[in-house]
Amino acid sequence: MRYLCLIYDEEQKLNTMAKAEADQFMGEYFAFTEGIKQTGHYLGGEALQPVQTATSVKVRNGKVSTTDGPFAETKEQLGGYYLINARDLNDAIQVASKIPSARIGTVEVRPIMEFS
Amino acid sequence: MTDIDAIYRAESRRVLATLIRLLGDFDLAEEAMHDAFAVAMEQWPRDGLPENPRAWLVSTGRFRAIDALRRRARFDASVTDLAKRLETQVGHASSAAADSVEDDRLRLVFTCCHPALTPDAQIALTLREICGLTTEEIARAFLTAPSTVAQRIVRAKAKIRDARIPYQVPAQADLPDRLDNVLRVVYLVFNEGYTAFAGDRLTRHDLSAEAIRLGRLIVDLLPEPEAIGLLALMLLHDSRRAARATPEGDLILLDEQDRSLWNRDQIVEGLALVERALVSRRIGPFSLQAAIAAVHAEAPTAAATDWAQIVGLYEVLLRADPSPVVELNRAAAIAMRDGPAAGLTLIDAILSRGDLADYSLAHSARADLCRRLGRTDDARAAYEKALNLTKLGPERRFLERRLAGL
Repeated sequence: MRYLCLIYDEEQKLNTMAKAEADQFMGEYFAFTEGIKQTGHYLGGEALQPVQTATSVKVRNGKVSTTDGPFAETKEQLGGYYLINARDLNDAIQVASKIPSARIGTVEVRPIMEFS
Repeated sequence: MTDIDAIYRAESRRVLATLIRLLGDFDLAEEAMHDAFAVAMEQWPRDGLPENPRAWLVSTGRFRAIDALRRRARFDASVTDLAKRLETQVGHASSAAADSVEDDRLRLVFTCCHPALTPDAQIALTLREICGLTTEEIARAFLTAPSTVAQRIVRAKAKIRDARIPYQVPAQADLPDRLDNVLRVVYLVFNEGYTAFAGDRLTRHDLSAEAIRLGRLIVDLLPEPEAIGLLALMLLHDSRRAARATPEGDLILLDEQDRSLWNRDQIVEGLALVERALVSRRIGPFSLQAAIAAVHAEAPTAAATDWAQIVGLYEVLLRADPSPVVELNRAAAIAMRDGPAAGLTLIDAILSRGDLADYSLAHSARADLCRRLGRTDDARAAYEKALNLTKLGPERRFLERRLAGL
């Protein structure tokens, strides 16, 4: 079964990390990604640019409206995701708990809706 | 037929736990279980009891479920696959062998108490599926609407299905955390029945009894020290039930209770369990709280209580599970060991940090120590503060009596 792991970090916290600490954090991400490729969990994943690059788009009465910023202003921001293949929710939680950001932010695990 | 009634009471939860595993769906399993008992009502009086009623019920339930799915499949192609899969499954009747049935019950416990469900849903699902309470009974015990409870259960089952919460005992690495969560659910159920005097007291007592039954089940299935400690704690607290309130429902504090009303059987069982938990050398917060309750239970009179030992246990508990409430209890025990002034200094220090400023019991404990020191004005102010912070009838009446007695 497929799950999406949405990674929420406090960008502020990441931006104020010392360089050595930030390098180590990135290193952990590379190692984590490599690890879940080996175990067969990995289906995809990307990091996102900071939230100030976000644009929200909606169409009402056929008219496109575009606003600066994310859909919801929150203390922690969506910073990236992994799409994984897991046996069940326990397996998915295991994987999510090893995402480096889980230690400082929050990872939301959502099952993918399968249309058969 | 009384035999069937007895078998229903003894076996229905076990049969359900196994059917959930075989059918992979809570609702389907429940339907299948009721079908199986309906067939039993018809056949057993005529043909006699089967040799192994539980295995008979599981296999009958499973075949009834497959039949029902096949009938439904004529209208809905998507269930055809499920019916086929169930038929070819090797899960025949022999899978109802004793040890795998116990595994199924443990699977059910861990699934109902899965931390991915809300705490309210964990409690509702546990009482419904493991204890077999009806939605109406759960609602009455928690003073909520049956529709609210029903909705919680429906949502929880939907999440179990859609997010694929597995029907399994967690892996060894996750077991301690997951067991903690299960024990917390059981303790919440117990306290709901034990602490609340409001509402229908009879049904709330049932809630404590259910929690103790659940505690026994978990100790049978997974005799971990903390599970044993929790069962001991519940038994030792419950042993004082008859002594802790007047017939009018007014609170009687531990030191004023008539100890001859304490339930000796529960105390004997609780003390043995405390011992069993402590020799494991893996001692957690529930075992420590049970050990404290055991010291009280062993004291023939309030005056004969071994306060030095209680203080020592609170100190270990404070290291294992630090919290301002444990600190407050330790301060109260020190007041008993070393006199009210020593306890008051500690309580004032906790309150000045602001940690328990809104906790009525902190102010009533402070009031009590001021009263014993003859500081009547301070005592009055603290009792009044406590009174402003609680809505519970028995606690309010207790505080009012103390105020009047100053």
